Amino acid sequence: MKIEGGQCDDVRVLSCAPAGETGRKYGMWVLDVENPGWPKVIAGQFAMLRPERFGLTLVWGRPLSICRAEPDRIRFFFQEAGRGTAVMAGLAPGEKLTLWGPLGKGYAVEPETPTLLLAGGMGLAPFVEYVLSHPAPQNLHLVFGHKPELSCYPFDALACGRGREAHREEKPGDLEAFLAVLDERVKAYADGLVLACGPKPFLTAVARLGAKYGARTQISLENRMACGVGACLGCVEEDARGHYAQVCKRGPVFWTKDLKFFQGAGS
Amino acid sequence: MMDMRVNLGKLSLKNPVVTASGTFGYGLEFSPYGDLAKLGGFVVKGLSLKPRMGNPVPRLAETPCGMLNAIGLQNAGVNAFLRGMLPQLPWRETAVIANLYACDPDEFGELASILAAEEGVAALEVNISCPNVKEGGVLFGQDPAQAARVTEAVKKRAGDKPVIVKLSPNVTDIAAIARAAENAGADILSLINTLSGMSVDIRTRKPRLANVIGGLSGPAIKPVALRCVHQVRKAVSIPIMGMGGISSAEDALEFILVGANAVQVGTANFMRPDFSFRLVDELPLLLKKIGAKSLDEYRGSLRLD
Repeated sequence: MKIEGGQCDDVRVLSCAPAGETGRKYGMWVLDVENPGWPKVIAGQFAMLRPERFGLTLVWGRPLSICRAEPDRIRFFFQEAGRGTAVMAGLAPGEKLTLWGPLGKGYAVEPETPTLLLAGGMGLAPFVEYVLSHPAPQNLHLVFGHKPELSCYPFDALACGRGREAHREEKPGDLEAFLAVLDERVKAYADGLVLACGPKPFLTAVARLGAKYGARTQISLENRMACGVGACLGCVEEDARGHYAQVCKRGPVFWTKDLKFFQGAGS
Repeated sequence: MMDMRVNLGKLSLKNPVVTASGTFGYGLEFSPYGDLAKLGGFVVKGLSLKPRMGNPVPRLAETPCGMLNAIGLQNAGVNAFLRGMLPQLPWRETAVIANLYACDPDEFGELASILAAEEGVAALEVNISCPNVKEGGVLFGQDPAQAARVTEAVKKRAGDKPVIVKLSPNVTDIAAIARAAENAGADILSLINTLSGMSVDIRTRKPRLANVIGGLSGPAIKPVALRCVHQVRKAVSIPIMGMGGISSAEDALEFILVGANAVQVGTANFMRPDFSFRLVDELPLLLKKIGAKSLDEYRGSLRLD
């Protein structure tokens, strides 16, 4: 009996470099590893990465969103946020890491539906794969909110036919202006599809707008997890029925209507 | 190839590699990463009579060479397991071991009777050592009389299923608990469960687990686990499943050297999901490499002179 899941392989690091000219300043990195022959990736899926360097000290792999899957490489885009990602930032070409994936549920792809992509900061990562693998990018519109310079993000490669805009938060008041933009855009996509990835306050704002305008909305969660395969029960999120659902299996991409956290977002 | 079969009394395993409760889901989660039938056995996530939601999040924290968990025995309940999951498991090819959790001896007995009727269940592992639940849990495992009561309650209703009692390291004298379980009819002992621990964040001034206290597992606890297995081996004559921080074939052999009949793998399943499947292949190779004649010859051959 087989159930859906990824595969586990020991692969080599191809490169790990700062993201853009100022990526180093913000601890933002682009990591490329060998593609061990994954048959298929759905944008929004993630993988667990455990560098050999973790030794016995760091026991968990680190879950990272798949930024891009190409025949010869899998690309990840991550920011240093703790001990594990700090070690990963120092990975050199040729180093070994254990990679298991692709894992979880990705975003809905509806080629003919006008689709609004809302990304906050590192939340841009899954939308790289989404845009580049979408069968009809002329139906996509990307709104991106960020703090570090735009050059730190893989934004330029993302051609979206219905529009592409980046909003940088630099001074007080920028956030409110950005939220007003989000309100307008979600309103315009009330009959379309709204997909979001970013920090939880951002996702909460998106969920609220989705509910306000009746837009079908998906968000991606990044709860702390140990195994990535549905076993440890660490990454759970309460669903709309009041049950704990594993983010790694039922998610990381959820319809907002299926999560309790976002149930009250409309009120 | 070296014969890796082991007999733990009535429980026969094709090899000594068993995955530990709570680290291997219900088995199916790991089926994409290896052939479940290849394992000596697997112990499923702790089952209770009724579904349990478990503790609030955060439930996990990574610590140096280990991790803390306070899941609180979230599970779908014994009936959901028997109806929905067990039929999908390769129980004819490998030992599917049910882990039982209950709040009192009567409830333990009731659970045992339900599971004893199932052909697909190879053995019952009694959790008298969970540190993460309010009622029962580790309390049963900290007092020899209580441990004996629970063991007797399960044994009475377990039919011909071997009863494994899982011991806590959070005690003054683990050998005393082990003897109590043995005298109460336990067929096998498994040890150790997690060590009670805690982690805090100096900036937010909050504990890292919502439950405040959790169970420590991983390589950090291996020396404690080895010591416990060593002490229990000297105290009882029933078979032992040793566990605690096994993350290589070498680690597994350490437990066998001090007298474990089989081992359980826990946190290492999180280090890579194919770990236990690989361990099955690596163990006989390593035994041969270090010059052991057989698994039986090597077991308990610790030189204390």
